[in-house]
Amino acid sequence: MDTPQPVSTDRDAPAERLYKNNPPLWLSALIPFVLLAALVAVFFFTNPLAIFNTEGLPPVESLSIERVELLPGQFIITVFNGSPDGLTVAQVTVDDAFWEWEITPSASLPRFGRATITMNYDWVQGEPHVITLLTASGTPFTHDIAIAAQTPRPGLTQFIGYGLLGIYIGVIPVGLGLMWFPAMRRMGRKGLNFVLALTVGLLVFLLIDTALEAIDVAGGVAGVFQGLPLAMFAALLSWLAIMAVSGKQAEAERDSSGGRLRIATLIALGIGLHNLGEGLAVGAAFALGEAALGSFLVIGFTLHNVTEGIGIAAPVTRDRPALKAFIGLALLAGLPAVLGAWVGGFAYSPLLATIFLGVGAGAIWQVIVEVGRLLIKDAEKNGESVVSWLNVGGLLTGIAVMYMTAFLVK
Amino acid sequence: MSRTLSRREFLKLGTVGTLGIAGAAALQHRPAAAASVTAPMAAPPGQASMPGMDDGMHGMEGSNITTGEVDTSQFDPMQYLIDFDYGKTSTLPNGQTLREWDVFAGDKEIEVAPGIFFPAWTYNGQVPGPTFRCTEGDRLRFNFLNASAHPHTIHFHGIHPPAMDGITPVVPPGGRFTYEFDAKPFGLHLYHCHTSPLKRHIHKGLYGTFIIDPPGGTSPSGGGREPAKEMVMMMNGFDTNFDGANDIYAVNTVAFHYAKHPIQVKVGELIRVYLVNITEFDPINSLHLHAGMYKLFRTGTRLDHYEYTDNVIMGQGERHVLELTLEYPGLHMFHAHQSELAELGWMGMFEAKS
Repeated sequence: MDTPQPVSTDRDAPAERLYKNNPPLWLSALIPFVLLAALVAVFFFTNPLAIFNTEGLPPVESLSIERVELLPGQFIITVFNGSPDGLTVAQVTVDDAFWEWEITPSASLPRFGRATITMNYDWVQGEPHVITLLTASGTPFTHDIAIAAQTPRPGLTQFIGYGLLGIYIGVIPVGLGLMWFPAMRRMGRKGLNFVLALTVGLLVFLLIDTALEAIDVAGGVAGVFQGLPLAMFAALLSWLAIMAVSGKQAEAERDSSGGRLRIATLIALGIGLHNLGEGLAVGAAFALGEAALGSFLVIGFTLHNVTEGIGIAAPVTRDRPALKAFIGLALLAGLPAVLGAWVGGFAYSPLLATIFLGVGAGAIWQVIVEVGRLLIKDAEKNGESVVSWLNVGGLLTGIAVMYMTAFLVK
Repeated sequence: MSRTLSRREFLKLGTVGTLGIAGAAALQHRPAAAASVTAPMAAPPGQASMPGMDDGMHGMEGSNITTGEVDTSQFDPMQYLIDFDYGKTSTLPNGQTLREWDVFAGDKEIEVAPGIFFPAWTYNGQVPGPTFRCTEGDRLRFNFLNASAHPHTIHFHGIHPPAMDGITPVVPPGGRFTYEFDAKPFGLHLYHCHTSPLKRHIHKGLYGTFIIDPPGGTSPSGGGREPAKEMVMMMNGFDTNFDGANDIYAVNTVAFHYAKHPIQVKVGELIRVYLVNITEFDPINSLHLHAGMYKLFRTGTRLDHYEYTDNVIMGQGERHVLELTLEYPGLHMFHAHQSELAELGWMGMFEAKS
């Protein structure tokens, strides 16, 4: 292994001495690790922090109730220990009453340990229940079942049912929105700019909505996984990834019909990631015992998402894309809702949901940038300001439409 | 079977399209069918399949009971039930009986339900503290040592000079104080720490039962109570997360202990329960007996009973003597008639055998 030779001058003679007998690369790379290990060992075997008198303080416990499944006469509870140390589940209460339970693999959960609690309980359809786990220190960890309803078990019927849910809130509304394409083609330049600005408006709404949803869901993630930073990093990563993909495009190519279709595809992708989040929410709402709210949610999302089709079609109104391109766009934007509904229904995990929503937020941000660029270029070409009454009006209309239709799902 | 309805709802959602909202209406209108699905909880009292019994029958149907067992080598509620501490006895020159106890306050972690440990403050290492018992007119002497990390006292209910009342002096950690007074009046009393903040000093475990027998002792002809199978029940609760509300309730500290291990009695024998309510945070507690009634002697200060009932409501610090005989063999449940308290641990059983 060759070692870099230091450049010596008269001025840095001490440095020269320091570097004279340069150890090999592997050794110099290893030394900090060895010293670090020694430091960890010192902390592990002695207690240099004893002067802070931390002995005898109760342990900081963090037990996440990740999932509660409701089966006929039974709860199945999945828990995750995100605390610095192991902890023991000592008792379980339902609605402030101790109840018998069994746990596998063990009531003692190591750090990052997961366990499944099974309890037979005559829960009441359509009414709320509160499950509390008490650890050995008597610390309670509570899970609220808002409205009790049976959790779907993976099976063909449920699989189809959840798939259809996703189609309702994803594919159908996007497809319906795309059907405005012929009408949009008849609009003049100003009309088209208005629709593009409207697209930006609805994307801005979706960005805020997705980001807030990510923040909300991140709150349910075990502390050790740092839900909120995770959502932000996922957003950053998806934003950079989409930028890298679209950055390959030559600037001249952007204003070609291929370039515009590419932007439409990006919009569909961003909206698809957002719809994945919506699918998760609806699937989880059905699965986590909020089925009574679910049907309103479905209709609401359907109406809400029709606008998304307009947004996808807007960049390509000057062109004549093939029908299969439209079908592809509708599926790209809509099908992720199906995937979301399946995941939300059968394997809901706040961690996964946080990552998906973060990715969605990042993607939508980049799509806003792309559509905005179309508007800016058009304004430059015609010697206008991009902040025209028409564009601002379109933007505000887009936000207003999404805001109003969101009444149906809030 | 009603659960398959929900599958049908999902199919409906699938086939009817946007009219799937009709499915929502159907979803909301089928709770009646769901009610028939799960198993009922308990057999009627008096049968051997009560929840929580050591008969191996519980578990599958799911019962309102704690899971597991406490370590009774540390504190055995069954032993506490019948432990009466009469102290070290001697006779004073004036002929009066002197009873003397050594009492220490200490800090100890105790198991209040299987696997749940509570950082308690204790008298003589247990919660409740020992049951001190004497006869009216005895001279009592309590040599108190505070071995805890916090200041404490012992405040006795009953009649005594205010200097012996356990308000002042507050005994500092490592300090000592001797409480000495004559036992009066006969009845069922209690003792507890009276250092501020009072709520914490009581709910952390510094309390116990204090019985002054009538002068006749257990000789009815001499003015005492009839001989009986006697037991002490202190209704208490534990706020394990210190949020000002109890998470666990019991008689004699361990949630559901006498439900898991019924108290063995004989049909027809006289049972006397010294019942004390020391529950902090909750305004009332109670004892309701199933399949039987009891004579109620309020505060135990009279020998004729006040009431014949199966339920008594008690505020904090209230205590009564109960006398009962069970007519039929089998399990007789007893519990607080505040359902929440019962379901969080304050429930037990007498098992009467003929």
